[in-house]
Amino acid sequence: MRYIPDSSEEEMLKEMNFTREKLFSDIPKDLRSDLKLWNEKSEIEVKKEMKRILDKNKIMLNFLGAGVYNHYIPSVVKEIMRRNEFYTSYTPYQAEVSQGMLQALFEYQSLMAEVLDMDVVNCSMYDWATSLAEAALMCYRVKKKPRFIISKNIHPERKKVLETYTEDILEIVEIGYDENGIDLEDLKKNIDNCCGVYIENPTFLGYFEQNLEEIEEIVHKNDALIVAGVDPISLGIIKPPGEYADIAIGESVGYPMSFGGPLLGIFGVKNDMNLIRKMPGRLIGATEDLDGNLGFVMTLQTREQHIRREKATSNICSNEALCAVASAVYLAFLGKKGLKEIGELCMKNANYTMRRINEIKGFKAPLFNSLHFKEFTVHHENMKEIDKKLLENNIQGGVILDRIGFDLKDTALYCVTEMHTKEDIDKLISVLEAI
Amino acid sequence: MLIFEYSKEGKKAYSLPSPIEDAEIEIPENLRRKTLNLPEVSEIDIVRHYIKLSQNNYGVDSGFYPLGSCTMKYNPKINEEIASWEKVTDIHPYQDESSIQGSLEIMYRLGKALCEIAGVDNITLQPAAGAHGEYTGIKIIKKYLKTHGYSKNEIIVPDSAHGTNPASSAMAGFRVVEIPSNEKGCVDLDALHEAVNEKTAGLMLTNPNTLGIFEENIKEIAEIIHDANGLLYYDGANLNALMGYAKPGDMGFDVVHFNLHKTFSTPHGGGGPGSGPVGVKEFLKDYLPYPVVEYDGKKYYLKYDIKHSIGKIKGFYGNFGVIVKAYAYILTMGNSLKRVSERAVLNANYIAQKLKDLYELPYSELRKHEIVLSCEKIKRETGVTALDIAKRILDYGIHAPTIYFPLIVKEALMIEPTETESKEELDNFIDVMRKIYKECYENPEIVKSAPHNTKIKRLDNIKAVKNPVLSYRMLRR
Repeated sequence: MRYIPDSSEEEMLKEMNFTREKLFSDIPKDLRSDLKLWNEKSEIEVKKEMKRILDKNKIMLNFLGAGVYNHYIPSVVKEIMRRNEFYTSYTPYQAEVSQGMLQALFEYQSLMAEVLDMDVVNCSMYDWATSLAEAALMCYRVKKKPRFIISKNIHPERKKVLETYTEDILEIVEIGYDENGIDLEDLKKNIDNCCGVYIENPTFLGYFEQNLEEIEEIVHKNDALIVAGVDPISLGIIKPPGEYADIAIGESVGYPMSFGGPLLGIFGVKNDMNLIRKMPGRLIGATEDLDGNLGFVMTLQTREQHIRREKATSNICSNEALCAVASAVYLAFLGKKGLKEIGELCMKNANYTMRRINEIKGFKAPLFNSLHFKEFTVHHENMKEIDKKLLENNIQGGVILDRIGFDLKDTALYCVTEMHTKEDIDKLISVLEAI
Repeated sequence: MLIFEYSKEGKKAYSLPSPIEDAEIEIPENLRRKTLNLPEVSEIDIVRHYIKLSQNNYGVDSGFYPLGSCTMKYNPKINEEIASWEKVTDIHPYQDESSIQGSLEIMYRLGKALCEIAGVDNITLQPAAGAHGEYTGIKIIKKYLKTHGYSKNEIIVPDSAHGTNPASSAMAGFRVVEIPSNEKGCVDLDALHEAVNEKTAGLMLTNPNTLGIFEENIKEIAEIIHDANGLLYYDGANLNALMGYAKPGDMGFDVVHFNLHKTFSTPHGGGGPGSGPVGVKEFLKDYLPYPVVEYDGKKYYLKYDIKHSIGKIKGFYGNFGVIVKAYAYILTMGNSLKRVSERAVLNANYIAQKLKDLYELPYSELRKHEIVLSCEKIKRETGVTALDIAKRILDYGIHAPTIYFPLIVKEALMIEPTETESKEELDNFIDVMRKIYKECYENPEIVKSAPHNTKIKRLDNIKAVKNPVLSYRMLRR
């Protein structure tokens, strides 16, 4: 029997003075039923079968982004993620034997706080979309006003998750956008009775939000909170959310794409106890032991479900802790110079690719005349045909926006990172040119 | 020492290629980042620092981890290896359907197997954790009732329930009605009758309950809820007790969540990632979050068009990296999952029988996969608390059980050994518990001031709350 470590069962039953039948005698006979699965398999059989299935997946030259990014995972990060003591531990309820995980999570909170220029980052949320939903609910808890503003140019999946979570609680108001970011006049018109405003920077379509100062003034003057969705890879070069937002969210970095999960949602706020006490999720704090040594514990738990039950700020319990450790190692690995360099590298590679695509007849890239980071829109009157041609050549083009529910016809969102080489781009261009 | 403290100008771990074209990029002044206080460290600094941290952490691979309600079973290494394959990690969720057939097939097969194990018909793998599954399930119940013209706003939970049950219900907009347990530690049918009315949307229950006791009146409970046009929700935290013996679907549960990171051996990762699929009976299939994975006889595909779907509850399709591990486990075990539950139940009852003369075992004797002992008498006679005993257990190189839960047992120790522990390991734990009991009476101070053998002494939780220090920048201030 796999994973059952001995054959002492009869001996145990004898010592207990139990029969085997007694163990399940409390389950009524008419509720009993067997499993109709299959017979146990050996390790060799399992590996072959899993390989046979997974080999149907194809890894291609890939220009997809839209919230899941193909960034390089350093071997150091992978190696540390394989440490059994980390990955086989539970939530660190017993702090004295969990200092390693607690400190690693505290370091994630600290490193991400620096990246965001926030003070307090939880560890952690499920992903960017649920971070947005929780942020909107938090704005409501703090400001008690029934409307929440988003822009029409945010990720459609994030919008859908937000709608699920805020149904019957908040009215979601959508405002317009242009090449400078969200529409300021539309914002002013709708700000009344709003608890929060959500912006993305870079925007979902890849360009930077230009009006940060104006947005801050309008939102704060109207006693609402700014929630900013950010990409940490951009924050070595562009203004951090701590300079303009109250709550920073986003998708973290340092773990693979894995078909869209597990991921790690960022959630950070300023050092304001009114905000901190209304935050969702787990927080690790520094303290001392009986001898005065620095140590770490889970803290401010009266916000959480296991203490507060129905009055908790969120129901979140299991989260994405191991991804947070990966993010910590990744951010330490890059350090202050590396984060800047990788941001510049992605931006240069993406802008180079964008320019080359734009030079091809029939293509327009980008659709919005603005400064783009690592993603950009590509317009062609027959985008679906282009996508097919690319696939025939083993290239996965950018995501076709109306396929994922974004209201922009004949347009794809391309992503280029540090992983792409000149050969990759040449290959893409040559296929596009041949169409 | 924190990673920040290794920092020295000029140290560097990363290496990056040159840009494809090194054109200057002008970021306007008002958008540009000015300062960034990340550390500068070398690769060897990072490796040694985090290896040191890992050595200062206790996992299932370090030793016995009888944390009740958490099912800390062994995490098979083959599953980890498979989940690290490129064809798992390097796949983007928006790839063309023709290039993700492997991922979709794994999801489809896992879904089918889970439905068979729990006696349900349809499933979503989207939720990222158990509580996320609860939220999804309660939203499904809400939408179903609303669509059928009911206006119901109350969810009933027993006082022995996990904290996530009331929290998830409240988050979905329900009023939570708590009912007391009876003298057997089970749902009190009279109290349930009293709590049920036209506003009742459903009942959340785990079976066996958090005391490890099988709810003997489950069929009556289901009848009471269904008669009131409410639905029955199964919290899957305790499914490790029942596989191959009984199915929640047969007991009358309409919605069931699974904790892949408990029952199906995927590791907990220090708090996550987990995965919390939700299975439903046929009549609820049109309410699942979209997309679900379907098979048309030739290919697997993502189906978005679901009539009454509650919407999306997470980006993309679920924690695929976890899903792969759970499927590899189920593929390995197959019908032997029945033996898993048998041994899990045997191990728990073995501990109960060997400790009940010293530690009180309130309520009935026969338990399923976990037991709850009470240290109330010890506390009364010696002043030693369940917390002290938990800390003393750490001194013997064992992880402590869950303490002070369920709330209905005073000074509770909640012990779940799981099936992957040998008789020797259990006997060692039993010896330790008997030794500690003796210490409580002969030398209570050593228990009250525990732990002594860990790298750090008991930590000051109150200080952490009174003066929150939540990041390095707050620590330096």
